[in-house]
Amino acid sequence: MQPMLDALVSILFLGLAYAMVLYIVSVGLSLTMGLMGFVNLAHGAFAMAGGYITVTLMNAYGVPFGLALVAAFVAVALVSAVLERTLYARLYGAGELEQVLFTIGLIFMAGAIVRELFGPVPLPVHPPAILSGQLSLGFRTVPAYRAFLIVVSFVLILSLWLGIERTNFGARLRAAVDNRRMAESIGIDTALLFTVTFALGSGLAALGGGLGADILAIYPGYAVEYLVYFLMVVAVGGLGSIRGPFVAALLLGIGDTACKYLVPEFGAFFVYIVMIGLLIWRPAGLFGRA
Amino acid sequence: MADPIITALRQHRLRWIEAVPWIIGLGGYYAFSDQLPFASQILITILFALSLDLVLGFAGIITLGQAAFYGTGAYAAGIYAIHVSHEPLSGLLVAAAAAALVGVLTGLVILRTRGLTQLMLTLAFATLLAEAANKASFITGGNDGLQGIEIDPIAGLFRFDMFGRAGYLYCLIVLFCVWLFLRVLLASPFGQSLVGIRENVTRMHAIGAPVAGRLLITYAIGAALAGVAGGLLAQTTQFVGQSVLSFERSGEIVIILVFGGIGRVYGAFIGAAVYMIAQDQLAKSEPEFWNFWIGLILVLTVLFARGGILGLIDRVRGL
Amino acid sequence: MTPALEAIGIVKQFGAIRVANDIHFRLDPGARHALIGPNGAGKTTFVNLLTGGIAPSAGRILLNGQDVTRASQAARARRGLARTFQINNLFPALSVLENVRLAVGEHRGLLTARRALVEEAFHTLARLGLDQDASAVVRELPYGKQRLVEIAIALAAEPTVLLLDEPAAGVPGGESGIIFDVIEQLPAGMAVLMIEHDMDLVFRFARRITVLVRGSILVEGTPDEIAADPRVREVYLGTRAHE
Repeated sequence: MQPMLDALVSILFLGLAYAMVLYIVSVGLSLTMGLMGFVNLAHGAFAMAGGYITVTLMNAYGVPFGLALVAAFVAVALVSAVLERTLYARLYGAGELEQVLFTIGLIFMAGAIVRELFGPVPLPVHPPAILSGQLSLGFRTVPAYRAFLIVVSFVLILSLWLGIERTNFGARLRAAVDNRRMAESIGIDTALLFTVTFALGSGLAALGGGLGADILAIYPGYAVEYLVYFLMVVAVGGLGSIRGPFVAALLLGIGDTACKYLVPEFGAFFVYIVMIGLLIWRPAGLFGRA
Repeated sequence: MADPIITALRQHRLRWIEAVPWIIGLGGYYAFSDQLPFASQILITILFALSLDLVLGFAGIITLGQAAFYGTGAYAAGIYAIHVSHEPLSGLLVAAAAAALVGVLTGLVILRTRGLTQLMLTLAFATLLAEAANKASFITGGNDGLQGIEIDPIAGLFRFDMFGRAGYLYCLIVLFCVWLFLRVLLASPFGQSLVGIRENVTRMHAIGAPVAGRLLITYAIGAALAGVAGGLLAQTTQFVGQSVLSFERSGEIVIILVFGGIGRVYGAFIGAAVYMIAQDQLAKSEPEFWNFWIGLILVLTVLFARGGILGLIDRVRGL
Repeated sequence: MTPALEAIGIVKQFGAIRVANDIHFRLDPGARHALIGPNGAGKTTFVNLLTGGIAPSAGRILLNGQDVTRASQAARARRGLARTFQINNLFPALSVLENVRLAVGEHRGLLTARRALVEEAFHTLARLGLDQDASAVVRELPYGKQRLVEIAIALAAEPTVLLLDEPAAGVPGGESGIIFDVIEQLPAGMAVLMIEHDMDLVFRFARRITVLVRGSILVEGTPDEIAADPRVREVYLGTRAHE
């Protein structure tokens, strides 16, 4: 009984941490897609950038973990806002194919740049000393960093949800996602809303990349390799939804971890099969609008 | 009074200029006799791009997973050669059939969806297959790739030699047959109905077109053709690496087709030739940074030259 | 005789709103039937229910006696039901001839020789007076001609039932005469249902008229009966009959 309980706790912890990282990275993509209808496949590149900035600041310049994360968030948010105004905005009316091609081009460029700057090998990640090692929960110990990740993620996510539910900005965002033309006609500046939302989503992705450097390795292929996971979370969750991708991330994160643990040989497949099955059942996503 | 009918019937007739690629192809056999293996790769890439043109340019399905069928064809042909028979033509048939089967099965799922979900599913299926090929290393060779593929002389007569001569002509002939098939298909009422579906799917429903079934058939044919390309790869290089199923392969063939021009058939020819030759030349100096330039050109193409090279040619001719 | 098209107890509910309320409707072979009613009455919704664009919440639809309630739009089209759209729904980048040929292709089967399809399409165009415009690209035609192409596409499939959704809508007065003529020359055996607001066209064309108000049939009868019916006047003019 005890080994099984042990295994369960391990799976839940790892899976939950993984899920949180996936969610924090992907929620921005869900918002962008739902709000602007823009297929931004390059979203993972912002997470990758966040990871590179965070880890490099810590490793090469000795910047404290928290500060490095904030720097990553701000830097990526600013850069993404500029990109949005100058490039993305030109393609808002364009077809889906153009948006896909454009963002693939961006992924290729981003991957090549980081490879040139940092080399092809995944960055070594050293969590700050107070967060490494094991944390005692009384009946057993768990990796301290994972625990920290879970707690910080919950705080981030709650702030995000409260922000969207309670603030003026959040209200405008929800209105514009629901019905953009209506929102414009009651005076909401959707262009500004787009830029701010895009920057927020990209910044969050950067945070996710930095926080989750331990789980999703930071290397030049990051944006390509994990693209399918981010897309799955958003598609299964439902575009434009905040809660939907959370549930999807939990399913994917915990499910993937569990399957890989329990059935190492074929574990990786189950997640795809479950996700594909869910999409056959609900093509618009679990919480999406049909 | 008969003019409009004749105009309509002549719309898809073969034009003299369409012989040019084949003249170049045959001439290349002599002109580039020391680079025939590379030239064969160009032909295979053209075939792969044609398969994508059918799916993307004509059926309008945006896919980031066309390599799933390419890789399936490659592995199928390779495994067939190792375990069943060295005969190449039947190997190509097996490759096409295996890829078509995967195309039908995945198409049934993918075509129920649209937008981001559909795109994601094309990516997911390709990733799934890549993972499966990795795991099934006992038959696919896993990381090391599938090796030891031997091919009998074609039709018992033309032996594959190390200069790639028979291989090149083999690829050229297969490409010609596929091109001819596509030309006929796209000019036929079936092919034209695809144009209708792309232009106005609502009206196609209203005039009784079984849209879903037609798209599935097109998707499966596209898959089969990609499978043939993969099969050629396996047979001429006698090796199948894991990269045949990769996202890089899927993304690359989309980029190639966009460069050349989507939905134009010859976009595949031009895009593949230009890309492969450019890659061969430039990647020698900076192999890894090649991706940056590809990405940049793709971004610029989308922003300023949406029709690709053929589109640019059109614009110049219109001046 | 078997009705060409029949709707039995059709109900369509969107949440709490009933856009179609227990509609019983029947179109006989060779009918010339008009469906009128104020804006928002649910006329186009009803046509969409008949063609299969929307599924009913309850009720059945019979096409030439066969139950097609579960059948898709394309399936019904293949069984002889054709429709036109209120706003032109054409293939704008293609030629007029190609637009119609697509419809002929679906009707005759895709394995038919292209030449035969093209010739049949051309004959359909000639009957509508569009033969001179056969090679023209649709989006470059004046709106009135486009409206004719809209009808030509529907006629190309030689339907037994033709649903015309406001065929004269958006057509400048000078060009609508041709559309009237085309409708008058439709084959006698074809059952035709027309939604229209243009009362001249309605009374010129129809042998029977159904009035639809807020999702329910108010009254149905001959043009004279409808013209004399006080309820109809009230619905259209808002005046009380006895004032």
